[in-house]
Amino acid sequence: MDLSGLQKLCTQKCLINNMKTRPFLMISLLLGFSLLLSIALGAVTIPPGNALKILLSSLPWFEFSGDWPAYFETILLDLRLPHTILVALTGMALAGSGASFQGLFRNPLADPYLIGVASGAGLGAIIVMSIPQVGRYLIPFGAFLGGLGTIAVVYRLAKVGRMVPLTTLILAGVAIGSFASALTSFLMLISDEMILQAMNFLLGGSTVTGWEPLVIALPYFSAGLTLLVLGGHSLNVLQFGEEQAQQLGLHVERVKLFIIISASLTTAAAVSFSGVIGFVGLVVPHIIRLLWGSDYKKLIPLSVLGGGVILLLSDILARTIMAPGYLPVGIVTSLIGAPFFLWILRRAKKEVFW
Amino acid sequence: MKKNGNPPVLQIRSLSANYGDVKALKGISLDVKQGEIVGLIGPNGAGKSTLIKVLSGVLKASSGEVLINQKEVNSYSPSQRARTLAVVPQARQLGGAFTVEQAVLLGRTAYLGFLGKPAKEDLRKAAWAMEQTEVDSLADRKLAEISGGEQQRVLLARALAQDAPVLLLDEPTNHLDLRYQVHLLKLVKRLVKQERLSVLMAMHDLNQVSGTADRVVLLANGELKAVGSPEEVLTPFNILQAYQAEIETFTHPKTNKHIIFPVE
Repeated sequence: MDLSGLQKLCTQKCLINNMKTRPFLMISLLLGFSLLLSIALGAVTIPPGNALKILLSSLPWFEFSGDWPAYFETILLDLRLPHTILVALTGMALAGSGASFQGLFRNPLADPYLIGVASGAGLGAIIVMSIPQVGRYLIPFGAFLGGLGTIAVVYRLAKVGRMVPLTTLILAGVAIGSFASALTSFLMLISDEMILQAMNFLLGGSTVTGWEPLVIALPYFSAGLTLLVLGGHSLNVLQFGEEQAQQLGLHVERVKLFIIISASLTTAAAVSFSGVIGFVGLVVPHIIRLLWGSDYKKLIPLSVLGGGVILLLSDILARTIMAPGYLPVGIVTSLIGAPFFLWILRRAKKEVFW
Repeated sequence: MKKNGNPPVLQIRSLSANYGDVKALKGISLDVKQGEIVGLIGPNGAGKSTLIKVLSGVLKASSGEVLINQKEVNSYSPSQRARTLAVVPQARQLGGAFTVEQAVLLGRTAYLGFLGKPAKEDLRKAAWAMEQTEVDSLADRKLAEISGGEQQRVLLARALAQDAPVLLLDEPTNHLDLRYQVHLLKLVKRLVKQERLSVLMAMHDLNQVSGTADRVVLLANGELKAVGSPEEVLTPFNILQAYQAEIETFTHPKTNKHIIFPVE
């Protein structure tokens, strides 16, 4: 039997088989599809073909003439495109840092919220928002400082001797995170003008529009995500416990600090622009793990891409379900994510995937 | 140079360590020669695991020194140390989702860069280690799916892949049934002689120690109480002192090994 012929047939027909063997291709295609869908759909629907042409025309090398109304271009280039990229990056950041925190703590429930980074970043963002005469461009920086400050306090509190045991780290994280959330609520209550904005923020709604925030955010996102992807091998070694990791030759304390800083950087970038969005950091790495296993060298980049897909699709739902109104995307991710997560948990009992 | 003239590979000089205010090791001195298995015995809490932790750099020594091939290793970085000394832990905490091959390749961590991309030499070493420990047929199985005896052999393969002259084993036959215990100890013995490793092996079963080790070290309360051949160390007097248990000793009629039997 001609085996190559069979394989060819299989690459064309067996979608499932293809998904198993070529995860990066599959998930990149999904991401491309979601991106296109996201710029096309909304209160005003732009046909995907036209959307693609408008996009390409904005580049210097292409020129398409079309019969679309002029306001299509404004909606697409000034509103939807920056919004779409921001949503994709936010999903990537949440899922990537979620996967890394899960690997670091060897705990399937770990995510940016568990160790207080997200709440701390949220507090930092709200503080900047509540100071009058301060530009929006300082919000991400405030969130970054808030996230780093939180992790510094948590890290110090959790430190026992020279080591940082993971249990005390999580306990300190939950406590400090609650404290930060309480301060955030307090700041909201004493400031009448910002309550709507802050409310939107806490429910996971985008607080900014246009290209400017994206440009400010890009360094945080790209630095954080790159560092996270680089940490994959170290996380693999850590899966055997800190003691064995050290005996295998890993500089455990240094690696932990590296992962914490890069994951905090990405979390801060995500929180400052899009508010508090739950379940993406938890659910996406789980799906990836079920499909393609727990090798962190693959798990982290795949989670990053998958996080982009999931948050884009959730955001499309949030924008269209009550159009022309807008539902904060955090509500959608929690409404879909929580039951989905429970379903995963029930399924996972039957097989070892962790 | 004459074979007996070689200095010991592992030299421990008045090594002490504390857990907080508790003195867990008190001035241990001990040599392990090339190709030698030294059995480490003592009641629970005697300091066996602590000694392994200090030697492998997990716990910092409060005083004393550790020399491997005449180089002080207490100041070594984790990766430098992992290239001179490998540890076989008990098969308890395992990344169950890893395949056998992935797990054995992690033994090469100290030789890999930050990104962990294995070179040809690393793959070759890992394949060799899996072959030696008879887990090569399991290469693609997940750790969670194989038996306890097989898991312990995977951990042994991982340590072999580390390519270190000194091997520490922490009660490797714990949690294994008799068949796997015998198999594992035979395997360790063969590999040590074949690869000329220097081995320090913590053990519980005194008869296994007697059958496996060239020399025996008895620890109690963090102190070294006796060191020598199994016949010299496993005496009714020493065991009564360390374990508060009475034993009688015999010589096995066929193997001539020293055997121990508790007396009611």
